[in-house]
Amino acid sequence: MTAAVSILPEQQLAALNGFYRKAVARKRLHLMLATTIAFAALFVAGIGAEVHPATFFAKIGNFVSYFDRIGTLESGARVWSDIGEWFWGWRKWLSLLGETILISYVGTLAGAILAFALNFLVAENTSPAPWLRFAVKRLMEFCRTVPDIVFALIFVIAFGLGPMAGVLAIMIHSVGVLGKLFSEIVENIDMKPVEGARSTGASWMSCLQFAVVPQVAAGFASYTLLRFEINVRGASVMGFVGAGGIGQELVVAIRKFYYSDVSAILLMIILTVFVIDIATGWARGRLFGKERHA
Amino acid sequence: MTGMPSPNSEDLRARYPDVFDRPVSSRLATPAILLGACGIFLFGLVELEFSPARMLTGLQQLGWIVMLMLPPDPGSSLPAYLVALGETLSIALLGTTVAAAFALPVSLLAARNIVPSNIFRFPVRRFLDSIRGVDTLIWALVWINVVGLGPFAGVLAIAVSDFGAFGKLFSEAIEATDKKQVEGIRASGGNTLHEIRFGLMPQVLPVIAGQVLYFIESNTRSATIIGIVGAGGIGLQLAEQIRVLEWQKVSFLILMILMAVAAIDWISGKLRFAIIGRRATA
Repeated sequence: MTAAVSILPEQQLAALNGFYRKAVARKRLHLMLATTIAFAALFVAGIGAEVHPATFFAKIGNFVSYFDRIGTLESGARVWSDIGEWFWGWRKWLSLLGETILISYVGTLAGAILAFALNFLVAENTSPAPWLRFAVKRLMEFCRTVPDIVFALIFVIAFGLGPMAGVLAIMIHSVGVLGKLFSEIVENIDMKPVEGARSTGASWMSCLQFAVVPQVAAGFASYTLLRFEINVRGASVMGFVGAGGIGQELVVAIRKFYYSDVSAILLMIILTVFVIDIATGWARGRLFGKERHA
Repeated sequence: MTGMPSPNSEDLRARYPDVFDRPVSSRLATPAILLGACGIFLFGLVELEFSPARMLTGLQQLGWIVMLMLPPDPGSSLPAYLVALGETLSIALLGTTVAAAFALPVSLLAARNIVPSNIFRFPVRRFLDSIRGVDTLIWALVWINVVGLGPFAGVLAIAVSDFGAFGKLFSEAIEATDKKQVEGIRASGGNTLHEIRFGLMPQVLPVIAGQVLYFIESNTRSATIIGIVGAGGIGLQLAEQIRVLEWQKVSFLILMILMAVAAIDWISGKLRFAIIGRRATA
């Protein structure tokens, strides 16, 4: 097969080639500029964050050997050679892990209930008044921008040490996040049922109850389950500031160099997160599956 | 005007048995789930030592604290706080960049369309999952053991925990790419590296850039909290001021964090738009 490529006359070709080179050169220049700026920013950040590559390379061995150390029992044997010794505190740890899950559960559910109550004020299509929408929206932004552990630090002082501070911190953070997600779901609903309900003379409340909530319930539940899973991770470190759960034991083990305890607790946390991840994933699948069939 | 003839309910029942006579199990499912959820909730309240008395005294205390927070006032430590904020932003920027740089090659190994074999892909995925299962704060504690207190430990903590998240997100982005461009490269005689460089990368880079920018923003938040365990930045100042009950400084620091996050949000939004807009037209 012969190639049928038509070759343009020399003059036209030169002009086109010129344009092409110019375009490419401009693109390259932009890329070079962006790269330079990015590297300059990284360099400044490196100074700001006191990065010492020398320290890093001198001590990276410590990082690798850390995992070696947390895999070794006091007696010098590998952890898996004596499971009973490795998980010596499993009763205490399991009950603390249960407390962690419970903190996450109560905090998420309370947050979801509050977010459910507030999100209809924020969603553009159901909000009763613009000023109310603005105020509640700012409040939610505040709740989700301040990290939950900062709330926990403050609540530990106000409510005393213990899981209550952790629950309240997770609740406030969940109100902020879920309120935003919920109101986005509400903004995407089909408005025809709402109009139908209103045309029969339904009040604002009845409109929500009969026209909005049936459309959004599955989405709300799905987001709440997802949040529950994220909050289990968050609750596992609440103990760092004294707000209950397994974090307290973990921080003590890390700070006091009880190496095998660190690996045992970490393993239990990771397994719990896996199990909850899979369970909520399954529940979310069921939820949407049911919705589709109904 | 006459209304519609009212339908005979017996008739309707006969016509739609599914709607009127649902099996008991499906009718009871929702109330049962709700009841169970409420039951666990109440059990949790009791188990976690909630009591109205504690709640009331706590709220009263909280009211006092909020009163003491007003007006926000940095005292004489404003320069120190600004330096700390700079440190936090540096931690977020560096940590995210390092994580992205390391996650990109690993994410190729975790993507189904590049490594079809399950045997290789499965361990990589589980490895990334385990990294993600551990919270950033825990990584910060581990790195403090290795490189000592200070922001450098924070950078490494964010880099490691984001490495897990990026590995998953990038590999998903790679799996979602169009196969035709890769096949085009192969048809013109390119090897595997050429396929990745010219077939895949142009498709995934805008997505990846968007995700990295989003993470820089969310890491500004994470970087504020890893200071609480001693990994530098504004969190260190915040935790200290909370512990010594300097509430005016606390509220000022919280305001600073809010403003920094809002600023980063704005900048990354602009950058994301610029990158995606340019790629889309190019």
